Amino acid sequence: MSSAATFLLAAIVLSAVSGIPSLLLPARTRLGQAIALLLAVAGGGCGLIGAWGVLQQGVLQPGEDEILRLQTPIPGADFVLRGDALSALFLAPVFLVTLLGNIYGWEYWRQGEHPNNGRRLRLFYGLLTSALAVLMLASNSVTFLVGWEVMAVSAFFLVGSEDDNDEVRAAGWLYLAASHGATLALFAMFALLYGATGSYDLTPLATDSIAPPLATAVFLLGLAGFGLKAGVMPLHFWLPSAHAMAPSHVSAVMSGVLIKSGIYGLVRLTSILPTPPLWWGGLVLALGVISAVLGVAFALGQHDIKRLLAYHSIENIGIIVIGLGLALLGRTLNQPAWILLGMAGCLLHVWNHALFKSLLFLCAGSVIPARHTREIDHLGGLAKSMPWTAACFLVGAAAICGLPPLNGFVSEFLIYNGLFRTVGSTKEAGFPAAALAIPALALMGALAVACFVKVFGVVFLGVSRSHDSHPAHESPWSILVPLLALAACCFAVGLLPTAIAPWLEKGTAVWTAQSAVASGELVASWSLKQISQAAIALLAVLAAGTVILQWRISTQGLGWTDTWGCGYTGATPRMQYTGSSLAQMLVAIFAWPLQPQVEPPKVQGLFPSPASFRSFVPDVVLDRAVLPAFAILARCLYWVRLMQQGSVQIYLLYVFAMLILLLLVAH
Amino acid sequence: MWHSAIHILLVLLWPPLLIGVINKTKAFFGGRQGPPLWQPYFDIWRLLRKGTVQSRVTTWLFRFGPVVSLTVALAAALMIPLGRRAAPISFHGDVLLFVYLLVLGRFFLVLASLDTGSAFEGMGVAREITFACLAEPAFFFCLLVLARLTDSLSMAGMFAGPSQHDWQHHGAPLLLILTSLFLLMLAENCRIPFDDPNTHLELTMIHEVIVLDHSGPMLALLQLAAALKQLIFSALLVRLVVPLDFAGPWVAWPLLAACTVIVAVFVGVVESVMARLRMPLVPHVLTAANVVGAFGFILLVIPS
Repeated sequence: MSSAATFLLAAIVLSAVSGIPSLLLPARTRLGQAIALLLAVAGGGCGLIGAWGVLQQGVLQPGEDEILRLQTPIPGADFVLRGDALSALFLAPVFLVTLLGNIYGWEYWRQGEHPNNGRRLRLFYGLLTSALAVLMLASNSVTFLVGWEVMAVSAFFLVGSEDDNDEVRAAGWLYLAASHGATLALFAMFALLYGATGSYDLTPLATDSIAPPLATAVFLLGLAGFGLKAGVMPLHFWLPSAHAMAPSHVSAVMSGVLIKSGIYGLVRLTSILPTPPLWWGGLVLALGVISAVLGVAFALGQHDIKRLLAYHSIENIGIIVIGLGLALLGRTLNQPAWILLGMAGCLLHVWNHALFKSLLFLCAGSVIPARHTREIDHLGGLAKSMPWTAACFLVGAAAICGLPPLNGFVSEFLIYNGLFRTVGSTKEAGFPAAALAIPALALMGALAVACFVKVFGVVFLGVSRSHDSHPAHESPWSILVPLLALAACCFAVGLLPTAIAPWLEKGTAVWTAQSAVASGELVASWSLKQISQAAIALLAVLAAGTVILQWRISTQGLGWTDTWGCGYTGATPRMQYTGSSLAQMLVAIFAWPLQPQVEPPKVQGLFPSPASFRSFVPDVVLDRAVLPAFAILARCLYWVRLMQQGSVQIYLLYVFAMLILLLLVAH
Repeated sequence: MWHSAIHILLVLLWPPLLIGVINKTKAFFGGRQGPPLWQPYFDIWRLLRKGTVQSRVTTWLFRFGPVVSLTVALAAALMIPLGRRAAPISFHGDVLLFVYLLVLGRFFLVLASLDTGSAFEGMGVAREITFACLAEPAFFFCLLVLARLTDSLSMAGMFAGPSQHDWQHHGAPLLLILTSLFLLMLAENCRIPFDDPNTHLELTMIHEVIVLDHSGPMLALLQLAAALKQLIFSALLVRLVVPLDFAGPWVAWPLLAACTVIVAVFVGVVESVMARLRMPLVPHVLTAANVVGAFGFILLVIPS
């Protein structure tokens, strides 16, 4: 067993057991939390080293890269873990984000402040990490489903950490229902695959080993199941409430890593199915575009900071799925450039989103306890009292908008490049309609800028909108260190994408499995080196310019005054623009999909009493499709309740009757 | 080598003249003599030597915004082809860096203005970010048409200037994207009918109110950046219309400079004969720019 495999196994075991010692210790001490932190950090470190080791390896012979093989009673389905470049690319963010989340949780979720749920949270945090690693290293469907189920249930317990709150419980149930719907689709999909191929292995299938209708059924079930987990529109309805109600370091893991397990499933599924027909790539591309544009449009209408960030996760999943769709089109039409650019953009955006979304959620978690509210319209002026958090949030915001010189720009650059390649193709040999994704991506980028200008401006800039007598102060170092680490990673990937390009090429080579990807092609043919040089130069010039301006201002006289109020001297903080004001025009433009609800103030008479205004954008899919559908289903299935008599004797009768029936059927 | 030197000199020294030309044209239509052509140079020089007044509410972002704005405008100006086909900074895919550099400039400029905590700036920011959402896809539709025509993804390739063959066979899409680009130029540079650079009333301001609280050297940087953006968009229009590559270097550079002045005169004429649109109508015009560009792309793709 190679050393990388040892490290990965150690990571899985250490993370899984990290929460167990604290269960045996009393709830009031912090010793359990300290042990859990040490084990989790050790596990995360081993995992990162192991993933790096797998990425550095060349192409392996089949059978050579097995990490673990456990015999199980199920014939043909041993518990097998195998690592390749594609798994390692998804594993690296898993271990990094959970490692930093654990460090964050040392002060954020102090055992003394949360005696009821702290130990439970740490247990399931560790289990979640190992389950994610198991499913990403799984080499057959049984192992995959074991990892998937443990991950889904752990995440449910994590979402419902503060379950004395009604809203948190509701969010948890919604998440569990959606997750189990996804698992049901996956069970059906893997059963169909087993029926077609006779084996549980997740290896690429030969072109004629599966009939096209069966392949289509497998693809659609996989798209439904993995899309539900990833949060592709319109299957995203569980995401906003789950990510908003969970503790911030849990939201960071869910947004940064958990929904990527759905993307990993889609990538793996499309790598094992034979050459896809054209409409698969088109469908995936269309779903990606819808998720990207509508995700950020919904985010604009939110004023709960974590719900807003959750909708941005949906937008970024849309970008990732656009890259995947482009790569699928490239496989159908035999265009290696589309495959490389689409897949490299997709995989790099998986990394980038894990980095900047976790950064944003952890910053939000740093900000929320300062004012005890998630409403951005009650915050304001926090950049002066929390400068480090504000700077890290700014880095995350600039990264998520895809601005150079940060990492978001590089992955969007690759995807744009790939989409522009489709422009030159003719209708017979190409798919020029894919080029319409380009203006949609541009619209999404501009909407993301609008949304993050709104969030950063309202939360951190200006003056505080609430009359709070306790001034906010900066968070302690154990909360700041993960923020700074993630911000540094965003800069690193943005300034030096050439270091990561070989790994992306290896991941693409694993995905296509037929054609080899020339190493160094991304850097040589697709301008990554020039992007890197431009980013470094830009950063240097900005730094120099700031220094020169500072010197100029300080030598020429500087006066301080209040903000100009057009001669009105009674300015109050409430006169500042709120988040809904900044987003109002855009929400009005998108009023048809967003369906914003407005409760106007009732102003009557010559001396009206105080009135209030309320505007909010609920989730359209949840309120108008999912909940009514489930209500109708509940009414139709009311008669099934007749079977629930509540008496043990009747249940024993059911067991007896079913046994007789099965014996009769077996004969 | 000396082509790059001329490029840099032009980029640093020419833009305020365009602003002066626009103001002189508007004065001519108003029957006034107007400010001298060199007034914007005097203004920038004067502001660079003044002191600064800053609000106590602001943070370091307030000073960072103008720096980013000017840096980004300079970098973008170094990426567009001017007199010669190749720009000093040119590589495959640089058009995406160009667009996102301008977005970076806008991002930090509006954050610097929200830093003051004033409702005026909030108003300008709300309008600016909304209209940017409608302007970006329009620009990308133009890029789609140019990418398909020239089969290239660098500014030097796309804006090299359509050949006679292109005008003969694809004249309609080219005219449509020229219209779209002209509307975008007016929108991005905050000219009538989208914004009024003269008045300072909250009913009419977008860009003017974003820079309302900046003073001294910061305001000088912002004015220079705005002038640079005018040069960038004028140069893009000129390169699409005038076949500069067929002229030698001694003719191309002065011809480009003269044509940017002509475009500035056009902008001044538009500003003088029209009034600023009511604010709710501005999204309609920007959507029209989108639709025009989309039709250009469809006309190009369907016959093939």
